[in-house]
Amino acid sequence: MPQSPHLEEPDRPWLIRTYSGHSSAQASNALYRSNLAAGQTGLSVAFDLPTQTGYDSDHPLARGEVGKVGVPICHIDDMATLFDQIPLDRMNTSMTINATAAWLLALYVAAAERQGVAQDKLQGTTQNDIIKEYLSRGTYVFPPEASIRTTSDIVAYTVEAIPKWNPINICSYHLQEAGATPVQEIAFAMANAVAVLDAVRDRDDVPEETIGRVFGRISFFLNAGIRFVEETCKCRAMTALWAELGRERYGIDDERMLRFRYGVQVNSLGLSEAQPENNIVRIALEALGVTLSRNARTRSLQLPAWNEALGLPRPWDQQLSLRTQQILAYETDLLEYPDLFDGSHVVEARTAALLDDARTEMHKILEMGGAVSAIENAYMKQALVESHTRRIRAIERGEQTVVGVNRFEETADSPLTAEGDASILKVDDSAERDQVERLLGFRGRRNTAEAESALKGIEDALKNGDNIVPASIRAAHAGVTTGEWSDTLRRLFGEYRAPTGVAAARVVAVGDDNEALRARVEGLSEALGRRPKILVGKPGLDGHSNGAEQIAVKARDVGLEVVYDGIRLTPEEIVQSARDEGVHVIGLSILSGSHSILVRDVLQRLEKEGLGNLPVIVGGIIPDDDAAELLAAGVERIYTPKDFDLTRIMGDIVDIVGEAAR
Amino acid sequence: MTARDPQRVTRLLEGLAAGERGAISEALNLVDDRRSEEREAALRLLDGLAQRAGSGASPHVHHRVGITGAPGAGKSSLLNALVENLHSEAAGIGIIAVDPSSQRSGGALLGDRMRLSGGARESGVFLRSMAARDRLGGLADATHASATVLSSVFHWVFIETVGVGQSECEVADLVDTLVFVAQPGAGDTLQFMKAGILELPDIFVVNKSDTGPVAERTRGELRSTLGLTGPGDGENWQAPVLLASAQDRHGIGDLIERIAAHRDHGLAGGQLAERRARGQVAFAIESLARRYGDFGLARLGGAQAIARRLEAPREGSIFGAVLEIGQQIEAEIRGA
Repeated sequence: MPQSPHLEEPDRPWLIRTYSGHSSAQASNALYRSNLAAGQTGLSVAFDLPTQTGYDSDHPLARGEVGKVGVPICHIDDMATLFDQIPLDRMNTSMTINATAAWLLALYVAAAERQGVAQDKLQGTTQNDIIKEYLSRGTYVFPPEASIRTTSDIVAYTVEAIPKWNPINICSYHLQEAGATPVQEIAFAMANAVAVLDAVRDRDDVPEETIGRVFGRISFFLNAGIRFVEETCKCRAMTALWAELGRERYGIDDERMLRFRYGVQVNSLGLSEAQPENNIVRIALEALGVTLSRNARTRSLQLPAWNEALGLPRPWDQQLSLRTQQILAYETDLLEYPDLFDGSHVVEARTAALLDDARTEMHKILEMGGAVSAIENAYMKQALVESHTRRIRAIERGEQTVVGVNRFEETADSPLTAEGDASILKVDDSAERDQVERLLGFRGRRNTAEAESALKGIEDALKNGDNIVPASIRAAHAGVTTGEWSDTLRRLFGEYRAPTGVAAARVVAVGDDNEALRARVEGLSEALGRRPKILVGKPGLDGHSNGAEQIAVKARDVGLEVVYDGIRLTPEEIVQSARDEGVHVIGLSILSGSHSILVRDVLQRLEKEGLGNLPVIVGGIIPDDDAAELLAAGVERIYTPKDFDLTRIMGDIVDIVGEAAR
Repeated sequence: MTARDPQRVTRLLEGLAAGERGAISEALNLVDDRRSEEREAALRLLDGLAQRAGSGASPHVHHRVGITGAPGAGKSSLLNALVENLHSEAAGIGIIAVDPSSQRSGGALLGDRMRLSGGARESGVFLRSMAARDRLGGLADATHASATVLSSVFHWVFIETVGVGQSECEVADLVDTLVFVAQPGAGDTLQFMKAGILELPDIFVVNKSDTGPVAERTRGELRSTLGLTGPGDGENWQAPVLLASAQDRHGIGDLIERIAAHRDHGLAGGQLAERRARGQVAFAIESLARRYGDFGLARLGGAQAIARRLEAPREGSIFGAVLEIGQQIEAEIRGA
């Protein structure tokens, strides 16, 4: 009789999470508790952009951003409220926090201590991968060297004091969002991990024998795209390459330490705004890609909501994502078998090819001085911008099928979106006001002398080269705020601006459908007397610059002169730049949901400068109702994720500039 | 529409005199405009500015500084450090930053070079980026005219260009002081020497001095190379080779002092006046050639003859002369 292929005991499922948080600590706490009651087994905290970039809710740059893409956390009371009635000794919490990771970890430890939970009982993850922030997500604050220092402080601290903590989650997720091919995703992520590991290894306070344990605590955060067979191979290739790195570069031979541990958020980039219900199927298939292969299975999974391209998901939308995971984990027989692909020469061959190419690419980066050098010389950023341009090109030209977007576009009316903007969640504008009031109240009642002395402690730790985490935990208890902690680091480290990677991006020539547009641009140049000039601006704290970069590169490729100064500009800076630079049109990109406030601010300032006639176009995740309001306020055109055809958008821009000059 | 506003030149002159930023921007747009009616208005504007500068009890003092060097040498960060250091003087700073154009599409990605720090922004630093367009070198067509506009308002005018060979010569004529930014260990000094570029800069700065011995070595190489090619501007000015670090803000004060010293030297010895005159003639020939071509220039005996005429003492500004010569060429062409 043939042996049963079943495992003796089915595997335990991965951690089931949903990336969430919004409005306030109180509202997010209620959401977490209802998610846990619905069968979620871990938490994944989304912080708002001011918290991620180190500003208090009442800072001018925070305007319009408070509580939008996540929860605002300014101080210990906010953190305590966020986990009210959630026992932290029994919770596994993942925090998407990077530049300010040491601070949010300190607040988490302090909140646990308030609950009477000792820090060595805590389990969870701080994302803490700053390198990908320079490449894609944009919530960096300090220069790379300084950032690597605080990152390695967290690693060195937790490996002893919070042994079950994952101090860093090396993210290949955002690299794929920024356009990375599977090979780039693997290679860049590994190079990033090496940068951190080398920094930790070279520290005086980390004994040589500890590096094995450090290696064992490094986890990854991957993306899962729709090509789910290849994604399975990618996970297997990363598993192999990671163990290889551990053995060869760090001399580790303990198999348990060499295990590749990773969590996944499946791809949001591929989710479509057109026929959004199709995303339900995409999400399920993508989840399959990272759970199918037992030897390379994810440890935790977050699924996006089907309507993310439309706006913020409602509780019901998140529930559907949770149920998708539960069906996969509890209803199917997935967890009953050993690795399905052992012995599959097809999967082995694809895996080996990815591994080879990724290894070569990784060594190329290590040879140029590692990931930090490849940030500073823009090598990685430029490679991503180019890959992304190719991807968009392929979709525009129909070479890559996206069902409902560039093929099978006909659709019956969807009952799911029939209610219009009632089918997404809107953050109440009063959330920001209430948060600022709570912050002012907190500052009023804390012991100022204690807070100031705790800040001084952080400054001393930085200057003396001491680990910043213990001083930060003391500061958390003493009532220091997120903005104060960050300002202290800003003063000592300075603020950094990453290369945008667009200036050096080569013109990607795949056939040439830009030719016709170029001729129109030439004609327009003659009519205008000079070449049309566009300002591409990203106001606010949102650092997701992929869209803005693609617009900038495309505009250059059709013959426009493009001023693009990167992320995090204030409306005031944008208007000043538009005036000084003498542009013909302004394009604004905002994905954080703060579009209404920021765009209006830009329009009003233009009016005040006498530039009221300068056309403004806006791109982002902008719900229909908001779009109507902005158009009425004077915006010329609005583009949302369904407008994937950059050639058409450029055509519109040429029309708009021509119209305005008439 | 501004194009048909007969009072525009007068209005812009007034706006520039008052330092209005809207007027500065509009004037820069105008001098960049290729349409013939606009070109004439631009020359009248520039002529007006030149006349104003030549009259008055306390003439406006300006200093144009070129910043050039290979891509990646850190020109923008160095300029940023200079600006931060200077803005406290409240003398006013204008910047023209020239980026290459795509030869394929004619488009260009500008900016992405510096973000002015809060203090510098509030004190009103004016930044205009320009594309090099069909010029392979580091300069845009309208750079000279734009620099003239900014010089009428600001004390300091910086012109940042990518150095790629021939353009250095043009930049040298356009500015009062040319600063060459060298990258430590890039090994490009020999290349530059071959191209004759090292004869032009008035000041050399080895940036990224935080790299220590590498920067020192590059400085040594540059010094010995310069020893072979001789000093830059005139017999008495020996181009210094400085070390600086934009990142650590080292050597920035020293660089500013040397820039000022170079200007004083040129003022005292008359080289500054000669250089500005040379730059103006080069601009005039360029502008006429663009408009009328070789054929047009030949109507008045060719570029050399026109240059000699422009070098001779004249009433009025170079811009007035360009207008006048242009009219003569047109008359000749019509007559022919």
